[in-house]
Amino acid sequence: MGLTRGFTGRGDRARDPRLPPGQYDVGDDWPVLSAELTPRVDLAAWSLTVTGAVEREIAWNWEEIQALPPGRFDGDIHCVTTWSKLGTSFTGVSVDSLLDAARPLPGATHVVASCLTGYTTNVPLADLVGGRALVAFAHEDRPLSAEHGGPARLVVPHLYFWKSAKWLSGLRLLDHDEPGFWERNGYHDRGDPWQEQRYQGD
Amino acid sequence: MTELDAGVAPPGPWQQATVVAVRAESANAKTFRLALSRPSRHLAGQHYVVRLTAPGGYRASRSYSVASAPDGGAEVEITVERLERGEVSAFLHDEVVVGDVLEARGPIGGWFVWRGDGPALCIGGGSGIAPLMAMLRLARRSRRIGLLQLLVSARSPRDLYYADELPGPETTIAFTREIPPGFPRPPGRLTPADLPESVPPGATAYLCGSSGFVEGAAALAEAAGIPAASVRVERFGPS
Repeated sequence: MGLTRGFTGRGDRARDPRLPPGQYDVGDDWPVLSAELTPRVDLAAWSLTVTGAVEREIAWNWEEIQALPPGRFDGDIHCVTTWSKLGTSFTGVSVDSLLDAARPLPGATHVVASCLTGYTTNVPLADLVGGRALVAFAHEDRPLSAEHGGPARLVVPHLYFWKSAKWLSGLRLLDHDEPGFWERNGYHDRGDPWQEQRYQGD
Repeated sequence: MTELDAGVAPPGPWQQATVVAVRAESANAKTFRLALSRPSRHLAGQHYVVRLTAPGGYRASRSYSVASAPDGGAEVEITVERLERGEVSAFLHDEVVVGDVLEARGPIGGWFVWRGDGPALCIGGGSGIAPLMAMLRLARRSRRIGLLQLLVSARSPRDLYYADELPGPETTIAFTREIPPGFPRPPGRLTPADLPESVPPGATAYLCGSSGFVEGAAALAEAAGIPAASVRVERFGPS
């Protein structure tokens, strides 16, 4: 479709190649977006479970998960509302470490991540393995704040950030796809920012 | 999030949105009335994405809640706060005039919506009132006034959106910094004392504003006896 009369854009010169189409650099900001209230989380009662299509269902408490090998992501994140945060970092444990312990069954194809608030999001299993996803406890080397999903959130940086569920409580493996919260509310099933998979049908 | 509303239609393709009216809504906000080329009925609380395209193909888009009631017509109203560094909001404020054609996509969202069929307590701060205004307008239009109650917080009278239309038995207005002459409520943030005398059992709370505002408004919803699972939140900010 056509041009917008009078719009020249401030981003057309020297646009950062790390920005996917339709995104802008939010700089040092980190907007807070969530559909529910920030929960109060008691670390003593916290756990993360891996269940469903696995050989062994497991739950880790806070101390146990801290003892797993550390994982780190350095790079960019992209929110479907069009902001991107470039050159940031998260530390935690690799989802691979959790799945290695639980051993997915051969038929497992998808994962539903669930949160303490009831929020869910679905991710193809292939997007969570091979070092592509973390359970993060820290952002830029500081403990993850509650409003950004602390004490632990999923980080799947190569997909739009609604997939990186805050206040993570469980990963449930499935032999089929099952849409999560936003995916049932008009948003894309996979959410690849480089293909602008924002909404259903993109 | 237990009573998740599923089955909202996908937003469909980009469509033309012709600006048919522009009016100042507050010192720093304008309402744009858009005539859509492919209209579809929205739910109160849903939003549209507005997209601008520059020569060379550069594009910028932002989401704006529909403030007008669902009326089945081909036009919707969005209210846009002009943000200091807002690439899209500044353009809409400074450049766009009646007759301009933008691109829009929507309506979007199936969570922060009120269908007019159950009791609702709405609490909005600043620009966060926009989607709640669609809900209030729906309630008034359908004469279901008792179902919905709205608390609004603005810094000063200059910052209050929809100032002529808001007052009514179902609305409470709070100014945090500055009040108009004779205004009965002293300036200050919303507190549980501002809540209506009773909130119907089973009510859903809709909180919209900055992230800090909605976390504060959560205490009001709690004081009104609404459990966290029945609280729906939309956080507005420079996103």
